[in-house]
Amino acid sequence: MNAVSQTSLQASAASFRARYEGLKERLGGDSIQRAEAADAFAHQGLPGPREEAWHYTALRPLTEVAFHEPVVLLSDCAAALAALPDLGMPRLVFVDGRFRADLSDAVTGATLRTGAPAFGPSVALGEKMVALNAMLAEDGAAITVAPGVDAGAVMLVSLGSDAHGVPVSFHPRHSVVLGAGARLTLVEVNGGTGVYFNNPVLVAEVAEDATLTHLRIQQEAAGAFHISTVLADVQARGTYDSFTLALGGRLSRVEVHAALLGEKAMAHLNAAQLLGGVQHSDFTTIVRHDAPATASRQTVKNVLTGRSKGVFQGKIEVARVAQKTDGYQMNQTLLLSGDAEIDSKPQLEIYADDVKCSHGATVGELDADQLFYLRSRGVPEAQARNILVRAFLSEALDPIEHEGARAAMEAAIAAWWERQA
Amino acid sequence: MPAVTETLDTVAAVTEGGYKWGFSTDIEMDMAPKGLNEDIVRLISERKAEPAWLLEWRLKAFAAWLKMEEPDWAKVHHPPIDYQDLHYYAAPKKKPGPKSLDEVDPELLAMYEKLGIPLKERAILAGVEPEEGERPPVAVDAVFDSVSVATTFRATLAKSGVIFCPISEAVHSHPELVKQYLGSVVPAGDNYFAALNSAVFSDGSFVFIPKGVRCPMELSTYFRINARNTGQFERTLIVVEDGGHVSYLEGCTAPQRDENQLHAAVVELVAMTDATIKYSTVQNWYPGDADGKGGIYNFVTKRGACRGARSKISWTQVETGSAITWKYPSCILQGDDSVGEFYSVAVTTNRQQADTGTKMIHIGKRTKSTIVSKGISAGRSDNTYRGLVRIMKGADGARNFTQCDSLLIGDQCGAHTVPYIESRNPTAKTEHEATTSKIADDQLFYCRQRGLSQEDAVGLIVNGFCKDVLKELPMEFAVEAQKLLAVSLEGSVG
Repeated sequence: MNAVSQTSLQASAASFRARYEGLKERLGGDSIQRAEAADAFAHQGLPGPREEAWHYTALRPLTEVAFHEPVVLLSDCAAALAALPDLGMPRLVFVDGRFRADLSDAVTGATLRTGAPAFGPSVALGEKMVALNAMLAEDGAAITVAPGVDAGAVMLVSLGSDAHGVPVSFHPRHSVVLGAGARLTLVEVNGGTGVYFNNPVLVAEVAEDATLTHLRIQQEAAGAFHISTVLADVQARGTYDSFTLALGGRLSRVEVHAALLGEKAMAHLNAAQLLGGVQHSDFTTIVRHDAPATASRQTVKNVLTGRSKGVFQGKIEVARVAQKTDGYQMNQTLLLSGDAEIDSKPQLEIYADDVKCSHGATVGELDADQLFYLRSRGVPEAQARNILVRAFLSEALDPIEHEGARAAMEAAIAAWWERQA
Repeated sequence: MPAVTETLDTVAAVTEGGYKWGFSTDIEMDMAPKGLNEDIVRLISERKAEPAWLLEWRLKAFAAWLKMEEPDWAKVHHPPIDYQDLHYYAAPKKKPGPKSLDEVDPELLAMYEKLGIPLKERAILAGVEPEEGERPPVAVDAVFDSVSVATTFRATLAKSGVIFCPISEAVHSHPELVKQYLGSVVPAGDNYFAALNSAVFSDGSFVFIPKGVRCPMELSTYFRINARNTGQFERTLIVVEDGGHVSYLEGCTAPQRDENQLHAAVVELVAMTDATIKYSTVQNWYPGDADGKGGIYNFVTKRGACRGARSKISWTQVETGSAITWKYPSCILQGDDSVGEFYSVAVTTNRQQADTGTKMIHIGKRTKSTIVSKGISAGRSDNTYRGLVRIMKGADGARNFTQCDSLLIGDQCGAHTVPYIESRNPTAKTEHEATTSKIADDQLFYCRQRGLSQEDAVGLIVNGFCKDVLKELPMEFAVEAQKLLAVSLEGSVG
C-alpha cells in the first residue's frame, strides 16, 4: 500500500478523534462504553486496504472529505419524506442521525426509546467502523418487542440533509431486541441529498423462536458515503431474515454479521446491488454457525453498469459444535458495461465434519440467446434487457414476504433502470 | 465406543510405523556457516563460479528481501522463523567422478535405493554411463539438499535439441537463455519467499525445448532435503519455444527430523506460441509427527507465463507432505486463446496446515482456465483453498471454471475455501462452485457391507473424490499418488 493513503487514513481518523474530544462531555448514553470505543478507535484507526476484510474497498475517497458535526438540525425534509414509499406502517425518522419526533409516528406493539444511542451490550469493538460509530454515536432507536408479541412493521428512515452547507457525518446507533417468539418487520430506508457520511450500526437480538425481518433500501445521495454494520445474534429456532437493496451512494458498504447461537437458528442474508456511474458498493457478510442444525441462505445479485465497482464478500464460519449445519451462498453478477468491475470473495471456514456447505459465484453478461429470443418476438432491445435483468434479480427479491416493501423495492429498481437508460 | 480407541491405536501404529521416506543419509557435506547476510550470498555465488550479472541479481534480491515483511495473510500458524539459524548452502563434497557403480559412495546409492529409483537409473544418477540402445522413459535430475547431483539422459535429450541440466550449469553453458528468462515470470522481488530464494538459490533444474520439439521423454526432478538445519532453495526454469511440448514431474522427500526445515523454491515456466507445458508434482516432504513436531515449511512460488497465442500450461499437484504448505501455482494467460489449468489434491492429517490454490490472470482474448481442487482434512489439520481468478479488461470472451471440494474426516479438522474472483470484462464468464462435506455414512456402509475394511473403504471413496485430479497425472505418478493418499489417511477414520 502506498504511504499517501496510509497518511490520509490517519489524518481522517485523527479528525474523528478530535471531534470526540470536543464532544464527549455533551454526548449522551453510556459514557463507559463510549470511552472504550474511543480507546479502541484510537488504537485501531480506520481500516486500510492492507486488511484482508477491506482489500476491495478503499476508504480513500472518504478521507478526502472534511466532515463536520451536523449542528443545524431543523432542515425541511418534506420533499424527501413525500418521496418515500407509503407502506402503511409507522415511520421513525432520523435526519442527519438525530431522531425527529416531529416527523415520526407513534409505534404500537413495541417499546421505543430515542434521544440517546442504543448501545446494547458492548460488542464488536474490534470492527473499526463499529468502534468509530460507538465513539461518536449521538442518537438511535431502541426498539424492544415483548415475548410472544407480533409487533407488525416499522419503517426506519434516515435522511442526510445538505442544510449545513458543509459535508457532515453521523453515526446512528440502533438496537432491536425481540423477546422469545416475538415478530417484527423493520423496513429501513436510507437517503438524502448532498455530501454526507452515514455510519449506522444496528444491534439485533433475536430470542428463541422470534423472527426479525429486516428489509433495507440503501438509496443514499449520489455524493454520499454509507458504511453500515448489522450485528445480529440469533437464538434457538429464531430467524434473522434480511434483504438489502443497495443502489445509492458514491461509496457504500453494508456489512452484516449474523451469529447463529442456538439450535436451528436461521439467517437469510439476501441482497441486490445495482450500480452505475462511478459508484462503489460493497456487500459483506459474516455468518457464524455456532450451534447444531443451524442454517443460512444467501443469494446476492449484482448488476453493474458504467464504471461502477461492485464487491461481495461472504464468509460462512462453522464452529466445531455446529454439526448438521446447512450453509448455502450464491453470488451472481451481470456486467453490463466494459468498464464495470466485480470483486467477489465467497468464503467457507469449516471446523465441523457433518455439514452441508456450498457456495457458487458466476460473472457474465446478459445471455445473447435469451436476448435474441425476446427480440425475435418483437420486444425492443431496451425492454428485453430490462426483462432479463428483472428476471435475474427475482431470485433474491422473491422471498420478500412483505408485499408493500417488495413493491417499493421493485419501484426503486425500475427507477434505477430508467436513470441508467 | 471401541472405534475411538481403535482409531487412536491405528494412529499410534502408523506414527510409530513412521514416515516411510524418513531416513537421512550421512554424506560428507560442504556447508556454509549458519546465517544470512551479503557475504553468504557472495559465497554461494562464488562457489558456483557465477558471472557478475548473476551475483548482482542475487544481491538486488537480497536487498529487496531485507525490506520486506513475511506475509501473514495465509491461514497458517507457526512460530517465527529465525532466518539466521539456517545453513543456506550445503553440497555433497566433490570427489573425482566415479568410473563404475562400485566406486560410488555407498551411502548415496543406498539413498537412491530408499528413494525407489530403479537400479539402472541409480547408476546413471551416480554418474555411470548408460548402456547403449536402452531408452528408459524418464530423465531424472536429482537435487540433493541445495545441489543438483546428477542428471540422466542428457545425451539422448541433446539429440533432439532439448536442454535439461542443473541451472547452475546452464548459467555457464547457456548464459544468454538463463539471463533472458530468469526472473522474467517471478521477479526477484516478487514476494518475501521468492526474494529469499532469488538471493540464495543454489541449484535446480533448467529445461529448454526449442521450436517445434516435442520432448521425447518425461523429465523429472527429485528433490530431497538431507542435511540438518539447511534450507532448500531450488530454482526451476522451464522455457518452451513455439510449438514445443514438455511434461515435467517433480517429486519431493525429506528425512524425519524433529525441528522444522525451510523449503522456499521458485518455479518459472515460459510457454511461447502453441507451446505446452505440463507440470506435475507429488509433494511428500516430511509432515512432522502426530504432535506437529518437525516437518517441512514449504513456502513455494510457482508461476507460469503463457506468453504466446494458444499456449497452454497445466499444473497438477498432489500435496500430502510438509508441516506447512504455502503454494499457489499460477498462470499468466497473456497470449490470445492461451489455456491455464490447475488440478490439485491436498491432504492434511495430524497437525499439518495447507494453504494452497492458484492464480489465473486472464489478459489475452478468449483465454481459458480450469481449476479443480480437492482438499481432504483429517486429524487436527487445517486445509485451505485460496485462489484468484482475475479477468483483465482486454480479456474478451475469457472463460473460467472453478470447482473446489473439501472433504472432512473427523471432527477436529478444518476445511476452508477462499476464492477471489475479479472480473473487468463483461464478455468474460466465470463460474465458481465449492462444496464441503464428509464421507457419507451410506457410502461407507455400502463398501463395508461388501466386505471392504474401513480403511480400504475410505481409500476407495477418497480416490473417487480425487479422480478428476488423479486422472491428469502421468501414469507412474498416478499410481504413486494413489498409494500416497491411502498411506496418508491410514488411521484417520475410526
